[in-house]
Amino acid sequence: MTAPARTSQAYRRSMSGWWNRDPFFVRYMARELTAFAVLGYSIVLAVGLVRLSQGEAAWNGWLGAVRSPLGFVLHAVFLASMIVHSKSWFEIMPKTMPMLYVGGERLSAPAIRRTGWIATVVVTLAVLAAAAWWPR
Amino acid sequence: MKRSNAPVFWLLFGAGGMLSALLGTALVFITGLAAPLGWPVGTGVTSYARVLALSQHWLGKGFLFVVVSLFAWHAVHRIFHSLHDIGIPTGTPAKLLCYGTAMALTLIAGASLLAIGF
Repeated sequence: MTAPARTSQAYRRSMSGWWNRDPFFVRYMARELTAFAVLGYSIVLAVGLVRLSQGEAAWNGWLGAVRSPLGFVLHAVFLASMIVHSKSWFEIMPKTMPMLYVGGERLSAPAIRRTGWIATVVVTLAVLAAAAWWPR
Repeated sequence: MKRSNAPVFWLLFGAGGMLSALLGTALVFITGLAAPLGWPVGTGVTSYARVLALSQHWLGKGFLFVVVSLFAWHAVHRIFHSLHDIGIPTGTPAKLLCYGTAMALTLIAGASLLAIGF
């Protein structure tokens, strides 16, 4: 079946740039865009594992690439995106997780968000401490 | 009725999203900025000897595999479901490209970690 011919010439608003129309859409797009940073970082790490399996010289080559100006800019973008991802992930979590009841009361959205953000800060500090104190 | 495979992808998306929300910032900061700069952790954090030791320990090996693969599955699922919003059709080619990328990264990470040995 073919689509019916358009019988009216009514104005149709273009969809291009729709995410600029409302701050909610802008936040939505920013949240979805973080996936490219998560994917990019996964690729960087996967390449690192390949290089690691090829020996010390190959690994040092990977380190050099990470340390290059391009690698530095890339990781700065990754870092900013990860922070946006972490913030937004817990922001929308009250809507994406099943309802939780604590002491007969439904766990409130702000409580869920705060718990997620605090957990992120704690984990981040723990990983930093582990990296700083890892036995040589 | 054919069973849907969607819950598997949503589960991987959720697990990877949670892991990257909790760990992503710290990992990117350490491997991409702090270690190369030597502050506030030493450059030795990513030295060959240290990373090799981490990847040879079963716990470190499992950690690296889970991080690389779940980050990838999370990201491609999110990208796939955003394609429609920017006017790209979400047919089989897009699906294969997205989930194929995650599968490839999972296999590459797994093969490398196995090649490194225990």
